[in-house]
Amino acid sequence: MSEGKGVWVFSENADLTLEMLGKGREIADKVGAELAAVVIGSNAADWANELVKYGADKVYLVDNAMFGRFQAEAYLSVLHNLVVNYKPETVLIGSTKNGKPLAARLATRLEVGCVPDCSRLGVDEKGRLVGERITYGGNAVAKLTFKTKPQIVTVPSRAFEKPQPKKRSGQVVKLDLKAEQAKTEVVETKPLETSSVRIEEAEAIVSCGRGLEKKEDRVLLDELAAVLCGQVGCSRPLAEDRKWFSEWVGLSGHKVKPKLYIACGISGVIQHVAGIRDAKVVVAINKDEQAPIFEVADYGVVGNLYEILPALKEALKKQLQ
Amino acid sequence: MKRIIVCLKQAVDVTQLKVDPATRQLITASAPRKMSDFDKNALEEAVRLKEKNAGVEVVTVTVASEEAKTVLREALAMGADKAYVVNDAGLKDVDTLGTAHVLAEAIKKAGEFDLVLCGESSLDSFSGLVGSRVGELLSLPQVTSARKLSVEGDAVVGERTLEDSIETVKAKLPALVTVTREINQPRIPSLMMIMKASKKEIVTWTLADLAVDKAKLASKIEVVEVLAPKTERKRIRITGESVAEIADKLAKALIQEGVVKR
Ligand SMILES: Cc1cc2nc3c(=O)[nH]c(=O)nc-3n(C[C@H](O)[C@H](O)[C@H](O)COP(=O)(O)OP(=O)(O)OC[C@H]3O[C@@H](n4cnc5c(N)ncnc54)[C@H](O)[C@@H]3O)c2cc1C
Repeated sequence: MSEGKGVWVFSENADLTLEMLGKGREIADKVGAELAAVVIGSNAADWANELVKYGADKVYLVDNAMFGRFQAEAYLSVLHNLVVNYKPETVLIGSTKNGKPLAARLATRLEVGCVPDCSRLGVDEKGRLVGERITYGGNAVAKLTFKTKPQIVTVPSRAFEKPQPKKRSGQVVKLDLKAEQAKTEVVETKPLETSSVRIEEAEAIVSCGRGLEKKEDRVLLDELAAVLCGQVGCSRPLAEDRKWFSEWVGLSGHKVKPKLYIACGISGVIQHVAGIRDAKVVVAINKDEQAPIFEVADYGVVGNLYEILPALKEALKKQLQ
Repeated sequence: MKRIIVCLKQAVDVTQLKVDPATRQLITASAPRKMSDFDKNALEEAVRLKEKNAGVEVVTVTVASEEAKTVLREALAMGADKAYVVNDAGLKDVDTLGTAHVLAEAIKKAGEFDLVLCGESSLDSFSGLVGSRVGELLSLPQVTSARKLSVEGDAVVGERTLEDSIETVKAKLPALVTVTREINQPRIPSLMMIMKASKKEIVTWTLADLAVDKAKLASKIEVVEVLAPKTERKRIRITGESVAEIADKLAKALIQEGVVKR
């Protein structure tokens, strides 16, 4: 394993760390590099050992009571210190609300490039690391690579599969690092009510748009979703403007990958469609036969969602018996 | 607090972008431009702070490779006191780091400040990196993705929504804050405000006016391609005499596809 070729992953989010280890392992194997995880935390030795099972050859563990929770300046200074000392070639950072600014500041401190929110990531035939991200409001997919090293990439949640844990050996390197006095302070944290089920994991999604007239009509979607063992989603206006839902599907919302996505009363504007690129089968139900959603659907029904949804539910029930 | 800087991008209006169907290339050159949505929220927030705190000046800073006067006039009409623009053809291919270097130098040249406000992301490139990069170059503490903001003494307090919590963060001034669209509803300037704004000053600089190290502007990223996504969908229309018939056909197709659990 040659010097300066390491692939690193870091996230303060546990699931995302594992997902990036899966992708990181693939990249490291392709370029013949070592895969390392960075753990910054308090009482985190068990977690560090656990990461070896998920593919890390090495875990840099910075364990100190002061790192008990995410602190932007402290984490940045530790991560920067490690990168300067051990010179990884690639650093994957979880694209959370805290992780992305961390990646941006790290890349700036190092005077290097950063490719954010890669929904796909791989090594091309020339051996370059190429990240794919949606840009121009969903109108385009950009494939980007780096002219500088280390290559800093941010990875959104659920973009990559979590690997299966295996019995393997790896090394945990304990480091005693401290951080400078911070100029920011978290004065309060309140838990956020989030649905326990994640829409990214749904195998079937019945999604509605502004074609839904009343909040109560959601029951039509719930009932079909129940038959499909799936979940309900929506377009942005239903969440942001009407506040009937708290989350939405699309470019600025969740990027989903179900086997089946049923879009009802959704026009199919590019910003919405950007979130369903990875759906296996897309069904569109819309009363306007010119609606752009039909261009990006496998099966299209021109009709009223209030008639089609109950009928589809019955038909599925009957045929599935 | 005396002075707030707002970083404003003139962005491609992504809702009006056209794609060449043959090549899947975007036709960006002729696409209309507008003030990037999130930056408009940042500007609105700055103007509200000014309204609450007498004597505060709001200054905008823009980096553009092309004319951006319309956007700057709009900013002045919304309540900014002065607009600075770094306009230089040499900025055409700069990436997020280059943009941040130019913004940081322009902010320094524009004078003292207490607060820098940016949108969380830009409407067109949507990278969400530039604000934090500017914060780093100016060594400022930062609050990112703020959906509420207030100034308390020598600190700024922001509320931000994380994946599983809502956090209130306090940062000592001078600081940098990036805002989300939820933070406010930007005002639409009245005719009066537009007229008043025509007397306000727009200061135009080129790269030569700034202490930017040209070497630092070279892009760190190589664009392999930027293409409209391919849509490989079947586009089958399901028709029938009755709703029941359509539903039956659709159900059958979905079961055949193997996307419905038995
Ligand atoms: C930067 C940016 C990011 C964005 N991000 C997102 C995003 O992540 N997700 C997102 O969804 N949007 C996003 N948007 C908004 C997006 O541009 C659209 O405004 C939005 O997706 C439209 O929602 P819609 O399809 O529900 O509504 P509309 O466009 O109003 O469509 C409603 C559709 O319902 C049909 N309809 C009405 N009644 C019935 C009926 N009874 N039966 C059947 N069909 C019916 C109509 O024919 C119409 O096609 C974003 C916009 C921008 C600028």
